[in-house]
Amino acid sequence: MNKDILICGVGGQGTVLASKLIAAAAMNCGHAVHSAETIGMAQRGGSVTSHVRIGSNAYSPLIPKGSADIVLAFEPAEAVRNLPYLKKDGTIIVNSVPVKPTTESLNDTGYDGAEMLEYLKKKCGCLIIDAEKICEPFGSSRYFNVAILGAAVGSGKLGLTAEALMQEIEARVPAKFIDTNKKAFLAGLECSKCIK
Amino acid sequence: MKKEYVMGNGAIALGALAAGVNVVSGYPGTPSSEIIETISKYPHDGLHLEWSVNEKAAMEVAASAAYAGARTLVTMKQVGLNVASDPIMSLAYVGVKGGMVIVSADDPGPISSQTEQDTRMFAEFCRIPVFDPTSPEEAYQMIQDAFSYSEKYKTPVLFRPTTRVCHAYASIEIAESFVPHAFEGFIKDSGRWVIFPRLSFANHAMIEKRNPEIGSDFSNYDRNVITGSSKKAVFTSGVSYAYVKEYLKNYEEVRLCKIATPYPFPEQLVLKALEGVEEVLCIEELSPYIENALLKVIGANQLPIKVYGKLTGHVCLSGENSADSAAKILSSFLGTPSREDGIDLSDMPALPMRPPVLCAGCPHRASFYAVKKAMQSMPDKKSYFCGDIGCYTLGNAMPLDMVDTCLCMGAGITMAQGFHWTDPGSVCFAFVGDSTFFASGMTGVVNAIYNEADMVLCVLDNSTTAMTGHQPHPGTGKNMMGNIVDKVSIVRILEGMGVKKIEVVDPLDLEKAVNTVKECAALSGVKAIIFKSPCIAISKPSGKMKISEKCIQCKKCIREIGCPALITVDGKVTIDEGLCTGCGLCSKVCPVSAIGGDCHE
Repeated sequence: MNKDILICGVGGQGTVLASKLIAAAAMNCGHAVHSAETIGMAQRGGSVTSHVRIGSNAYSPLIPKGSADIVLAFEPAEAVRNLPYLKKDGTIIVNSVPVKPTTESLNDTGYDGAEMLEYLKKKCGCLIIDAEKICEPFGSSRYFNVAILGAAVGSGKLGLTAEALMQEIEARVPAKFIDTNKKAFLAGLECSKCIK
Repeated sequence: MKKEYVMGNGAIALGALAAGVNVVSGYPGTPSSEIIETISKYPHDGLHLEWSVNEKAAMEVAASAAYAGARTLVTMKQVGLNVASDPIMSLAYVGVKGGMVIVSADDPGPISSQTEQDTRMFAEFCRIPVFDPTSPEEAYQMIQDAFSYSEKYKTPVLFRPTTRVCHAYASIEIAESFVPHAFEGFIKDSGRWVIFPRLSFANHAMIEKRNPEIGSDFSNYDRNVITGSSKKAVFTSGVSYAYVKEYLKNYEEVRLCKIATPYPFPEQLVLKALEGVEEVLCIEELSPYIENALLKVIGANQLPIKVYGKLTGHVCLSGENSADSAAKILSSFLGTPSREDGIDLSDMPALPMRPPVLCAGCPHRASFYAVKKAMQSMPDKKSYFCGDIGCYTLGNAMPLDMVDTCLCMGAGITMAQGFHWTDPGSVCFAFVGDSTFFASGMTGVVNAIYNEADMVLCVLDNSTTAMTGHQPHPGTGKNMMGNIVDKVSIVRILEGMGVKKIEVVDPLDLEKAVNTVKECAALSGVKAIIFKSPCIAISKPSGKMKISEKCIQCKKCIREIGCPALITVDGKVTIDEGLCTGCGLCSKVCPVSAIGGDCHE
């Protein structure tokens, strides 16, 4: 199997855990895995990406443009920013809730994510999830990083099973958060079915 | 054996452990910091591990340990090598007994550095070998080879990964446990270990004779690889090899030469790679190092071969390469199809920018704001704000706009003095972090006292090395051996130097902070203000701020301090509860007292 998965969002949204869970699940299924993270100057509030490359055909640590099978976007504008990486028949799963940069609040350009979502719908197959809504039962949007994994598995484009991911959640998430993370994962899995 | 999924820096660390490293020292700097952090997380009984105060100290600690026969590892980013250039230049002449590997991580882009310097050039300047890994997997093996070559030729060697290798993850098979190398101990021999002009003269001749021999040895090193057999050849190194392979995996017949050891250049291997070749393309990052070396070999051997690369404008001169840029250059060089495009995005909407900013609740914001307010109240005084290297460089961002200069570690303190001498009536501020103060700030303060400069030293003391991932430093009372140690006091250092006016304030106590700055700005001589408040990433938030109905939507809070937790929702100022740490700076800015803590109505 060869799969290129790009995860993007804003620093602090938990993209790194999502990429670690995918990489670990793929490895335990016997696949070769490489990944790369944004580290350093891009701290809280900056654009961040994780590139996960499954399969032995990958050389570059970063996914070449136009070849990601799936983009998991934690924020609408970040989804559009990383659209150049998506392949023509690729899928994007995106959180509809925007994160406004401080500079936007200063200049008040009125960025609210809606224009981005419209653009995505026009350009590619996309599944739009309201992170606040889906995470409401869990008390914090922070669980979205696991919910989006559920949706990705549900979409069938990740090439990994729900069991494989659940196993990694159990192995890698601190004990007291395992239960909620599993529920968030299942909620994501469920919503990928009903929206199709 | 067991498998571990690790970052490139982790692979370097584990490779060094596998080589039996005895002493590890370094100074944090992106993209190199995780090497020492990884070693601290694995069992490392019997080895000494330290964050040194700076790269020069790290190099010297490791050098004498290597004189004693210990295997030593020194880690830093590429600009750190400039700090350590004094010891490394001399050490190259003296040599070592135990293997000594100096990791200097380059940062093409640059992604988080001041320069795009190339450690391969530095290696040639020092006349010592350099290793250039293409991936985390290779780095794990190659650093072990680097120790062997270092010991074989009794010379320190450089090892230079780049950001994309340092921060890439791969799975690596490692031993269950590591055994430190057994070493003899220091044998006194002043003819060998004391550098005098006569020794330098003799060793210089020895080095120049030795290096071509190392080049021949490297020609047989199995990580320098030639594949394919076409008349058009591609030469590459480092992570660019991965980008080239990403395209050439479909064209295995193309002659490809990967240079793992750029200096001393493996000339015999390169001549073999050039057999039957008419044109060469060099794809590398930073300096055209391999390209220049090839031109030299081709010229010396009078070969009829054309060379394309950075010098001919075929490869970009600055910034990093990518799989995409490599594919483009390769397809035009080889006359092969270009890679298929993705989705047409020519009509992409304008995207919001997300420049890096100080975190919500960062005490540096309050420190900068206090100085800004104080100087605004003294409009007849011109002021200069000299910044430094660390999170607080971000004090330059709007709306704070409080960093006029930033050059290199510790420079703000001495540059403030230069401004004083060109504009004696002004108030010259230097902002320096606690870790940077220890690394390279102290000599600058002594310089100001000795030469009678007027300046205000602002130490932004957040009790950590925040930018690079919260490493401990001499002021934190913890070291990398896991020991609790005496905290080195910045105040007492300054007192000892003879700074007469030293104030310690909490920047979040805005009124007091502003008054302290005003008071210091009015005095002559060297004044120091320690703005002391912990980094929000290592301290518990004190609560959340709330905005009451009294808010008149003047947005002064957003305009004045630019905290990322202050946002507008439907045009109304709102506090992002996920980000707010309750520092309360905004409440002190609000003209109508509409912002307050948890119990605020």
